[in-house]
Amino acid sequence: MTINRGRVRWQCRRALLELDLVFARFLERHFDHLSDDQLADLDDLLIVEDHDLWAMINGSQPVADDRWKEMVDLLRAG
Amino acid sequence: MKVAKRTFDAVIVGAGGAGLRAALQLSEAGMKTAVLTKVFPTRSHTVAAQGGVAASLGNSTEDNWHWHMYDTVKGSDWLGDQDAIEFMVKKANEVVVELEHYGMPFDRTDNGKIYQRPFGGHSQNYGQTPVSRSCAAADRTGHAMLHALYQRNVRANTQFFVEWMAMDLIRNADGDVLGVTAMEMETGEVSIFHAKATIFATGGAGRIYYSSTNAFINTGDGVGMAARAGIPLEDMEFWQFHPTGVAGAGVLITEGVRGEGGILRNSSGERFMERYAPNLKDLASRDVVSRAMTTEINEGRGCGSAKDHVLLDITHLSPETINKRLPGIREISIQFAGIDPIKAPIPVVPTCHYQMGGIPTNYKGQVVVPKDGNSNVPIVGFYAAGECACASVHGANRLGTNSLLDLLVFGKAAGETVVSDFQSGQLKLQPLPEDAADVSLARIARLESQTGGEDVHEVRLEMQRVMQKHAGVFRFADVLKEGVTKIMEVAERAKRTQIKDKSRVWNTARTEALELDNLIEVAKATMVSAEARKESRGAHVRDDAIDCAETPNGRDDVNWLKHTLWYSQGNRLDYKPVNLQPMSADVEPIALAKRTY
Repeated sequence: MTINRGRVRWQCRRALLELDLVFARFLERHFDHLSDDQLADLDDLLIVEDHDLWAMINGSQPVADDRWKEMVDLLRAG
Repeated sequence: MKVAKRTFDAVIVGAGGAGLRAALQLSEAGMKTAVLTKVFPTRSHTVAAQGGVAASLGNSTEDNWHWHMYDTVKGSDWLGDQDAIEFMVKKANEVVVELEHYGMPFDRTDNGKIYQRPFGGHSQNYGQTPVSRSCAAADRTGHAMLHALYQRNVRANTQFFVEWMAMDLIRNADGDVLGVTAMEMETGEVSIFHAKATIFATGGAGRIYYSSTNAFINTGDGVGMAARAGIPLEDMEFWQFHPTGVAGAGVLITEGVRGEGGILRNSSGERFMERYAPNLKDLASRDVVSRAMTTEINEGRGCGSAKDHVLLDITHLSPETINKRLPGIREISIQFAGIDPIKAPIPVVPTCHYQMGGIPTNYKGQVVVPKDGNSNVPIVGFYAAGECACASVHGANRLGTNSLLDLLVFGKAAGETVVSDFQSGQLKLQPLPEDAADVSLARIARLESQTGGEDVHEVRLEMQRVMQKHAGVFRFADVLKEGVTKIMEVAERAKRTQIKDKSRVWNTARTEALELDNLIEVAKATMVSAEARKESRGAHVRDDAIDCAETPNGRDDVNWLKHTLWYSQGNRLDYKPVNLQPMSADVEPIALAKRTY
């Protein structure tokens, strides 16, 4: 199944400003270069609750699924 | 163009705390209820609320609603309506206990009661000593609340339309509200949601400012829609600025940091709060600290190369204390300021946090407007609750933990009013006007055909800069006047926005252009209302307002103890009296007094 990039882009809008800022940078620098597989990983990661997602990105919680690690690294690095 | 129509008993716009609480009331009463939301409900900005919800349960210290009412009226700098405030504080225990029954995981005392903690501005015995009134679920109160309410709504068969952007209010010739138009993001199609009742619970518009603690979704959609549909906006000049947003990013550094011993310093390293609030120092109320910081920056004692911020210093605390007592703060500082607060102080500025004004409502959640000499005539079929509404319980300044209370109490109240009007047969499905969707279709068509237009991001950024510079905490007559001219220029540019991507499916550029139409209404309302109000009150200070016996703290009750009403049509202002009379005979009016802490 093809993932719609526009939908994933919209779902990077989050409830916390911390995440919006991280995702804004990510959308600008990395989003357009993601492969289909990477996009699928991101789509999967976006289901995580905002507080947990932020904790994974800022390193206060371990990344819960190996599949998310590459995307979390990209989000973290900016 | 043919437009699909869906019919419901009620349509609710927004699925944060207020929208979900209202929806629950309707669905559990058997009403066919649609909730439209831009994002998945549990990703609404209510998630960000940490502090807790105020209720005078008295579980940790003695408390009662009279004290809570006094604190709220005083906090509002007497601009809050005392009937609505009495209603809210009296309902607080009920809505909190209800939430407990819905499965909300509140923190507990040893004997199993809801644990309560102190919060700024809340007191015992009419301002005498701090009280523990805030009920919280660790630092995830808003998150836990949304989840509890969402699950309950799923059980009650509330129908969610997720990733739908509401566009315009539908009114008939009499001004009655018949529903909304909305765009489904997945298809780009516009539909009509025809309903007997429409409830707005769309949250605030904190993104009108450059420096804001608000998430990107807070674009004031309901407020903008109401303004375009001819409904006045109330008290839009009143915005709460949180003292400690990370400079440049806006991310909030909680009050808890100063509670643990954090100190604000200016460019010479001075602990300047000692001069402004000798007793409470860095722990004075939000507006007092924000004003002091702005004064330091305005008088050239700001830090950094642009001298545009001050520093929040916790380097004297041990790394163990910081890691243990202030989790998250270190990560925020490293990520958004590039500074490890164990080693160096955090750059902070007063940052837009909460919208006190909004769509005018009464305590029943009915939207009210002036008509035939009466200031508060309900609009048939239209209700609002939460940050988008102005009941008005927060007046000129909101107390922490009263916002979650507001959305629970007035979400429920709006729901109860709708259910009661529905069951009595008062609410009817009125015929839709022929042109019900024309305004929305024209907005989409303009975006499709615009050439030589303006970039959405640039116009939004310019709006945010103008608001930040001309309508911040400290306000000057000439700066505001210039701000009005500038924001009207930006508004003209916003009419000509252009998007490169014309695709229909998941076109976020188009959604952002539609959001800007809402933001700009709020920005105009704020600037014009602020320019007109020649006094200091609550969250803002006018440079030209004199602090003397007649006008304490620059507050001019003789001329300005009144609510502002701004109309988009004609960009004009009107005013209505503040209700100083409580709802019942249970309590005397809280008499006007100078606000000191």
